[in-house]
Amino acid sequence: MPKDQGIGASPKRREDVRFLTGAGNYTDDINVNGQAYVHFLRADVAHATINSIDTSAAETMPGVVKVFTGADFAEVGGIPCGWGVTDRHGNPQQEPRHPIIADGTIRHVGEIVAAVVADTLEQARDAAEAIELDLSDKPAVVNMAAALAEDAAKVHEDLTSNLCYDWVFGNPDDDAVQAAFDSAAHVTTLELVNNRLVANPMEPRVAIGEYTRGTDEYTLHTTSQNPHVIRLLMCAFVLGLPEHKVRVIAPDVGGGFGSKIFHYAEEAFCTFAAKACGRAVKWTSTRAEAFISDAHGRDHVTKIELALDADNNFTALRTNTMANMGAYLSTFSTSVPSYLHGTLMAGNYKTPIVQVNVKTVFTNTVPVDAYRGAGRPEATFQLERVIDKAARELGADPIALRRQNFITEFPYETPVALTYDTGDYVATMDKLEEVADIAGFAARRAESEKNGKLRGFGVNCYIEACGIAPSNIVGMLGARAGLYDAATVRVNATGTISVFVGAHSHGQGHETSFPQVVADMIGIDESMVDIVHGDTGRVPFGMGTYGSRSIAVCGSAMVRATEKIISKAKKIAAHLMEASDADIELKDGQFTVAGTDKSVAWGDVTLTAYVPHNYPLEELEPGLEETAFYDPANFTYPSGAYACEVEVDPDTGKVTIERFAAADDFGNIINPMIVDGQVHGGLGQGIGQALLENAAYDEDGQLLSASFMDYAMPRADDVPFYQVDHTCQTPCTHNPLGVKGCGEAGAIGSPPAVVNAVIDALQSGGKSVTHIDMPLSPARVWAAMNG
Amino acid sequence: MYEFEFEKPSTVAEAVAALADEDAQALGGGQTLIPTLKQRLAMPSKLVSLTGIAQLKELSDNAGMLTIGGAVTHAEAAEAAAGPYPALADLASHIGDPAVRNRGTIGGSLANNDPAACYPAAALGSGATIVTSRREITADDYFRGLFETALEEGEIITAVRFPVPQKANYQKFEQPASRFALVGVFVAKYAAGVRVAVTGASEEGVFRWREAEAALDASFAPDALDGLSLDAGGMIGDLHGTKEYRAHLAAVVTRWAVAAAA
Repeated sequence: MPKDQGIGASPKRREDVRFLTGAGNYTDDINVNGQAYVHFLRADVAHATINSIDTSAAETMPGVVKVFTGADFAEVGGIPCGWGVTDRHGNPQQEPRHPIIADGTIRHVGEIVAAVVADTLEQARDAAEAIELDLSDKPAVVNMAAALAEDAAKVHEDLTSNLCYDWVFGNPDDDAVQAAFDSAAHVTTLELVNNRLVANPMEPRVAIGEYTRGTDEYTLHTTSQNPHVIRLLMCAFVLGLPEHKVRVIAPDVGGGFGSKIFHYAEEAFCTFAAKACGRAVKWTSTRAEAFISDAHGRDHVTKIELALDADNNFTALRTNTMANMGAYLSTFSTSVPSYLHGTLMAGNYKTPIVQVNVKTVFTNTVPVDAYRGAGRPEATFQLERVIDKAARELGADPIALRRQNFITEFPYETPVALTYDTGDYVATMDKLEEVADIAGFAARRAESEKNGKLRGFGVNCYIEACGIAPSNIVGMLGARAGLYDAATVRVNATGTISVFVGAHSHGQGHETSFPQVVADMIGIDESMVDIVHGDTGRVPFGMGTYGSRSIAVCGSAMVRATEKIISKAKKIAAHLMEASDADIELKDGQFTVAGTDKSVAWGDVTLTAYVPHNYPLEELEPGLEETAFYDPANFTYPSGAYACEVEVDPDTGKVTIERFAAADDFGNIINPMIVDGQVHGGLGQGIGQALLENAAYDEDGQLLSASFMDYAMPRADDVPFYQVDHTCQTPCTHNPLGVKGCGEAGAIGSPPAVVNAVIDALQSGGKSVTHIDMPLSPARVWAAMNG
Repeated sequence: MYEFEFEKPSTVAEAVAALADEDAQALGGGQTLIPTLKQRLAMPSKLVSLTGIAQLKELSDNAGMLTIGGAVTHAEAAEAAAGPYPALADLASHIGDPAVRNRGTIGGSLANNDPAACYPAAALGSGATIVTSRREITADDYFRGLFETALEEGEIITAVRFPVPQKANYQKFEQPASRFALVGVFVAKYAAGVRVAVTGASEEGVFRWREAEAALDASFAPDALDGLSLDAGGMIGDLHGTKEYRAHLAAVVTRWAVAAAA
C-alpha cells in the first residue's frame, strides 16, 4: 500500500483549499491604507525620439497626486542585467542603460513614457490622456537578420550596433569542426524558428510600494518568484537604498513560468513613488499591459547541422542561432541563449564535436527573457528536430537512431562543459515504448486513415540542467549572483515546526511537498510542519524559484537545517535519558537509546529546548532553530523520452493531439501527484508553443497578437489525457534527497515530439513536407501540405 | 471606461427617445461594447439598455416562422429554437462561452455585424427579416460590410423573423485564439431554393455563395460542390490564415454543412 505521508506519498495540495475557496492572498488582494494608484502611459509606437512631454494639464486634473517622467529618474540607476556574457573575442556583451521611464527615446511598444499617480485609477487614466507627447518616429528594428545588417537603424544610438554579443561555445576551432563535416557520410541541415511566446500567468503582475517616514523603511508587495533577488537588484543597482530598510513581500502568486523572476521597472517605480508621493502607490497590470510589458520568451532563429558517419553515429553538431533580446536586457536575458542553451546541445547523445554560435540581437520589441525551460527548450527543439530529419533522410528508425547514439556511461563529460552525474536514457526509452503503446500504433493509424485523417507518431528525448546552480561555476560563466538557497527550521516548544525557505511557491505545491520531507525525517505528522516563503522580512536570504531548483537546492538546505535540528535534539534527548548522544536513535518521533527500552517523545525534547530546567546549559544553547545555506556541487540532470501521436485533417490542416506519453527520470520523488501535475502543466505549455502560441510583430514593431483574441493560449480541449510515467529513477548523486527537479521538463520535452509527429503524419500521406515552423496552426499546416 | 449616462427603458418608444441624444448608444448584452468601453475605445454619452423591454424578449413560432426578440440571449434563443429550428439552436448554443451566451443578444450581434460572428450567417442563410423600431429589412439588404448594416442612427432591432427551412446546418472552423469563426457557413434548403451564407472569410463581411446555392439547388448533396471554389480575392488574410486558406476553408466547411444537413 502506498504511504499516505512523508517522502513518496501523494497527499493532496494543502494550499489548494485556500486557492479554490477564494481565500488566497494575492498581491492585488492587498490594499494599504491611503494608497494611491498609478497608471502608466505606455508607448504605442516602437521607436521614436521624445522631443518633449507636457504634463502641465495632467498635473491639474482632479485627484492627481504627482506625474512622473524619465527626468524624475535621472538620478537613479537603470534596471540591471544579472548576467554578463563574454563574446567570442573576449569582449563583454553590449549593455545599454534600461531606464525606469523612457529617457528621451522610446524603444518598444509598451515602454513606460510617463506615470500618473492619483487618488483613483480612473483619475490617473484620465490625467494620462491629458499628457501631451511630441514624438519623432524612428524606423523600427524588428527582424533580427535585418537588425544585424551593416546599415541597420540602431535600437541604441550609443552602442556600436544591434549585436549584444557573438558567442561561441563547445569546440571553438572552426576548421576542425568543418573538417568533421567534410568527412561525414551524411549531413542533415535544418533551419527553424523557435517562436516568441508570452507567458501569460493567470495572475497579471502587481506592485504596491509603501514608505514609512518615521523609520525610513520601505515595503514592496510584488508578484515575484524571488523576493530577495528583487530586493538586491532594486536596492543595490536601481534605487540605491539600504537593503535592511527594504522589505519585499511576494504573497500568493498566481503563476510565473519565468516571467516573474525579473526585476521590472514598475516595482522600482512604486517603491520610489511611495516616498515621493508620501502615499502607498499601487499598480495592477491589465492583461493588455501584460502582453506588452511582461518579458517574452524564446524567439530564436536557428540553423543546425548534424554530421553522421556511414554507421549512423553522430560525429559532429554545429548550430548557429540568432536570439532576440528585445529592446533592453532583462534580468537573466543574456544567460538564456548562451549558458542555458549552448550547454545543453549535446542532449542525450555522445556526439564528440559540438559547436554552438549564438548572436543576440537588440530589436524594438518587448525584452525577452527566461520562460519555462529557458534555453533548454530551444536546444532540445533544434537537436531533436534535426535528429528526426536525419532519420527520415537516412531511412532509419527515429528511435533506433537515438538509441544508437545515447550516452550510456556516467558520469559523462559533454563537449559543452557539463558533467552528467547520472541517467539511464535506454531505460526511459524502454519505458516510453511501453507507455506510448508503440505496438498499437499501426492499428490506430489504419483507423484514422479510414476516417480520412493522417496519423503520425513523433518521439524525442530531452536532457536538462536543473537545480540551478553551483555558484562558483556560474560565477565563472558570467552570473552576477550566487545561486545557493537557504532554509531556517524553527521548532516551537510544542513540537510544531515553521520552515522559512528561500524558494517561492507560485503553483509548485511547496507548502505540501516541503513539509513531507521534514516530517519524514523526524517521523512526525505532516500537519505539524508549515513552510513560510515569499517575504524578505521573514525568510533567510534565498534565491527563489526557477530553473527547476526548489527541491534540489532549497530542499537540500532544508534537509541540512533539519539534520542540525535532529543532531541537537538528540543531545537534549541524551541528556534527558542520561545516555550518550551517539546512542540516540530517532524514529517515528520517538528518541530511544539503542539496546534499551528508554524513550522520550519529540514533544518532550522540543519542550525541554524552550523550558530548559533539566538541560545541559553549559554545553548547549537552549532553543531549537537552525539555518542552512546550500550551494549545489553540480547541476541536476532530469531526462526523459516523450511520444506524441497526432491526427491531421488533410482538408483543413488542423492538428489534433490524440495521445501523449512521457517517461521521465526525475531521480527520487517527494510527491508523485505533484510531479504528475508539474509534467501535465509543462506539457500543456509545450503543446501550446507547438500548435497555438505566437507573439507576432509586424514590421512597424506593433504586436499583432496582443490579446487573447489573437494570442492562442492552450485550453483543456486542446490537450489529451496524458500518459505520464516517472518510475525510471536514477537518483542525483550530489544532493541529499537524490532529487533532480521536474518543473520544466514537460515544456522542454514536448514541442519536438509534436512537430515530429505532424511531419510523420504528413509524410505518411505522401506529402514531402520536412519542416513547419511553430506554431503548427491549421493555416500553416495546410499551406505546407499545399505549398 | 469614461463616464456615461445610463437608461433602462421599458418600451421601444422610450428607448428610441433615449437614443435621440447625440452619442447615445444602445446596449444589448454588452459582450462587445462593455470590453470596448473598458479599454476606453468608445466614449458614448449615454448607454440605453434594451434588456428591460418586454417586447424585445418575445419569442414566437407560427406557421413556419420563428420570431426571436432583439434582446433574447443566445442561450434563450437556443432553447426556443431547439424544436422548430434545430440548426439555429445549434448555432446559438455554440457562440462564445456560457457567459457570452447568457448575456449576449441576437439584436446586439446583428447590429454589431462582426465579420466573424455566427448570427449573421444564420440570418442571411435563412433569408431572415430584421424587424426594427422603424421598418422591416430583409437580410439581403441588411448586411453592408464589416461592422456595417442598414441600421440608421437610433434604430433598434426589435425582432428577427426566421423562415424555417426544410433542412439546414451551420458549421464553423474556429480561429484558434478567439474561437470566433475563422470561417462559418450556414446552409439552408427551402422550397424556393438553397441559401448558403459564409461568415468570417470576407473583407466585406457575411456573404451568400451563389454558385454553391445554384449547385445545391440542383442536388442537395456534398458532391454537388465538387469543382466549386471561391476566389481568394476579397477574402481576409491575417495572422490566422491567408486569403487562399480562407477561400479553401469556405468550400470545405460548406461541404460539412451540406453533409450534416442532408
